[in-house]
Amino acid sequence: MKTVIRKGRVVDPSRGRDEILDILIVDGFIARQGGSIADDDAEVIDAEGLVVAPGLIDIHVHLRDPGQEYKEDIASGTRAAAAGGFTAVACMPNTAPVNDTLAVTEYIKNRSLRDGLVRVYPIGAITKGLKGETLVEMGELTAAGCVAFSDDGRWVADGDLMRRALEYVKPFGVPLVSHAEDTTLTAGGVMNEGFVATDLGLKGIPWVAEDAAVFRDVMLAALTGTRLHICHISTRGSVDIIRGAKMAGVLVTCEATPHHLTLSEEAVRGYDTNAKMSPPLRLQEDIEALWRGLADGTIDVIATDHAPHHRDEKNVEFNLALNGIVGLETALSLTLRLVEKKVLTLSEAVDKLSCGPARVLSLPGGSLRDGAAADIVIFDPEEKWTVDPRGFLSKGRNTPFAGWELPGVVHRTLVGGKTVFCRT
Amino acid sequence: MTFLHKHILGTRQLSAQDITMILDTAESFKEINTRDIKKVPTLRGKTVVNLFYEASTRTRTSFEIAEKRLSADAVNISASSSSVVKGETLEDTARNIEAMRPDIIVIRHSASGAADYLARRLDCSIINAGDGAHEHPSQALLDLFTMRQHRGRIRGLTVTIIGDITHSRVARSNLFALTTMGARVRLAGPGTMIPPGIEKLGCEVFTSMEEALAGADVVMMLRIQLERQGRSLLPSLREYARFYGLNRDKLQLAREDALVMHPGPMNRGVEICSDVADGGQNVILEQVENGVAVRMALLYLVSGPVADNP
Repeated sequence: MKTVIRKGRVVDPSRGRDEILDILIVDGFIARQGGSIADDDAEVIDAEGLVVAPGLIDIHVHLRDPGQEYKEDIASGTRAAAAGGFTAVACMPNTAPVNDTLAVTEYIKNRSLRDGLVRVYPIGAITKGLKGETLVEMGELTAAGCVAFSDDGRWVADGDLMRRALEYVKPFGVPLVSHAEDTTLTAGGVMNEGFVATDLGLKGIPWVAEDAAVFRDVMLAALTGTRLHICHISTRGSVDIIRGAKMAGVLVTCEATPHHLTLSEEAVRGYDTNAKMSPPLRLQEDIEALWRGLADGTIDVIATDHAPHHRDEKNVEFNLALNGIVGLETALSLTLRLVEKKVLTLSEAVDKLSCGPARVLSLPGGSLRDGAAADIVIFDPEEKWTVDPRGFLSKGRNTPFAGWELPGVVHRTLVGGKTVFCRT
Repeated sequence: MTFLHKHILGTRQLSAQDITMILDTAESFKEINTRDIKKVPTLRGKTVVNLFYEASTRTRTSFEIAEKRLSADAVNISASSSSVVKGETLEDTARNIEAMRPDIIVIRHSASGAADYLARRLDCSIINAGDGAHEHPSQALLDLFTMRQHRGRIRGLTVTIIGDITHSRVARSNLFALTTMGARVRLAGPGTMIPPGIEKLGCEVFTSMEEALAGADVVMMLRIQLERQGRSLLPSLREYARFYGLNRDKLQLAREDALVMHPGPMNRGVEICSDVADGGQNVILEQVENGVAVRMALLYLVSGPVADNP
């Protein structure tokens, strides 16, 4: 089984390449690449005028399976991922039941092999039931395929417990992933604290809820020498704390979401529940600080926090609406919008969406080197499209970007050389 | 001049002309409330639903009386008896009510934005009777009506509002309406009850009640609650009364003829002492009386041009 991807602009930051090349795929792996590859047996994919990049990897996705399949399941979530140019996703453990046992991890692995269009890497819980009380059997779950551990959505508030989790997980070589928000400070808040919240009469969440939690977690990573990844940072302060920690040699990495890089708290006006998320949308100054953090390498990864919800869970009073939005099918375009705005180069954009995520969670992928599995995305970085949630392959339609005209259209996604999405 | 608003969601959306028109219209309705037969046919054949998701005595009764005096058919739905208890969503409840073709829904709800939510989904007119900590426009308009009645104008008045500004829809609606009409607004309260950035709405913020009172034309006290969502914002009501309660001594810092207002219900001995609440400068019951006329004006104006004059 041979395929040649012809005349694409190969952008592979893992090797510092950006040039027009042919890529030959044999039996699912990249066999070789060069100026012109002639092979009469090979199926040809014409990529002239398009970008060919290592498949995107989203390390922060809620597949909702098992337990909340009315929101999303492994089949629909990975279809959405493929449509967005992703060839792998890491899924968060806040399912029902929580991914805190071998049985749940194995269910996710098995179901993904059967129904998944892209590679699925489970993230296990740090504490049983995400309750912040007892450590999960992280050794066994690592052996079963968990690539990291997180109580995502909930901060491990007990500092000593978080310290022990970091110490305990260290020999297994996988990082802890922290949703860093001090819940004693977020208490009851539904949007960023500040003028807009005051104007709308909504309870705010102050920046210090995030900064204080990020600081504690980063210091614990310094103390224990364990790899720590901070989820979806949203404040100026988080960028500064992590930048400083990295300079001091702490093994900390972090991500930002496309929405925190794009929208400010102003999006909440009109009580749009699709602008309700955790952490909340912040100020333009915070967005610009995140941009600087992306450009200088403080922020390693753009991850979506893809959080599908049913219409009925968003079509309610603002206070009652659930947090989060879908992201898999808009992430590449929102990142390319940052390329248009000169926040990132195209190569850096691919790095944040592919190579960076692979590095942070030590996943295969994120490179088009010879011998690598042929996980590849082919896209037009400039063609415009208008976001219409009705066309999403995710079950979730909850996006604040409906009607936005964005650059970047995915033409084809290949996982292990096999086409899992092709533009129709 | 015609009134262009289909809904009354807040004073934020109202221009000075709008507010003047509402107050002038209320003026003409006020006389009806003193007649022997307190009823005019203005809204005959119109149906108004009062959808109250929060307990309310004053506001609900005031709206209901206003509706009846205009000859509208008024229906009351309150949370305790409604399908909320049965788990129906706000949208479903509202759509079911709308299917019975009311002309106006008056809504009171604990969630900020609830009135906007209905206005975006239903075809009938919506009047906000208080949404969370957001707005309570009819209260602010009756407050302005009362101020204008006593002072002849709003422009140039100094109005001091004291209490839990963070959780007060009355404070927000008054702030928007008063600044639009050219009054100066001062806010005062404990540090835990002043929302961040409120000064950007064009008011002055004080932590000292005494400074806020100096030379004020109007002193508006807000009802205080010790706890919000299970968290105490104050050490005690005793301490609150000492620093932010209105008594005769503190009132002397304001203008000699300053009006004392309170949207009710009052906590006597906490935010306001009885001798001030019942004293010569209080206009608290006039506020209530004027509320009926102002709400009649709102119901009339959102109903669009109608044939009969009051």
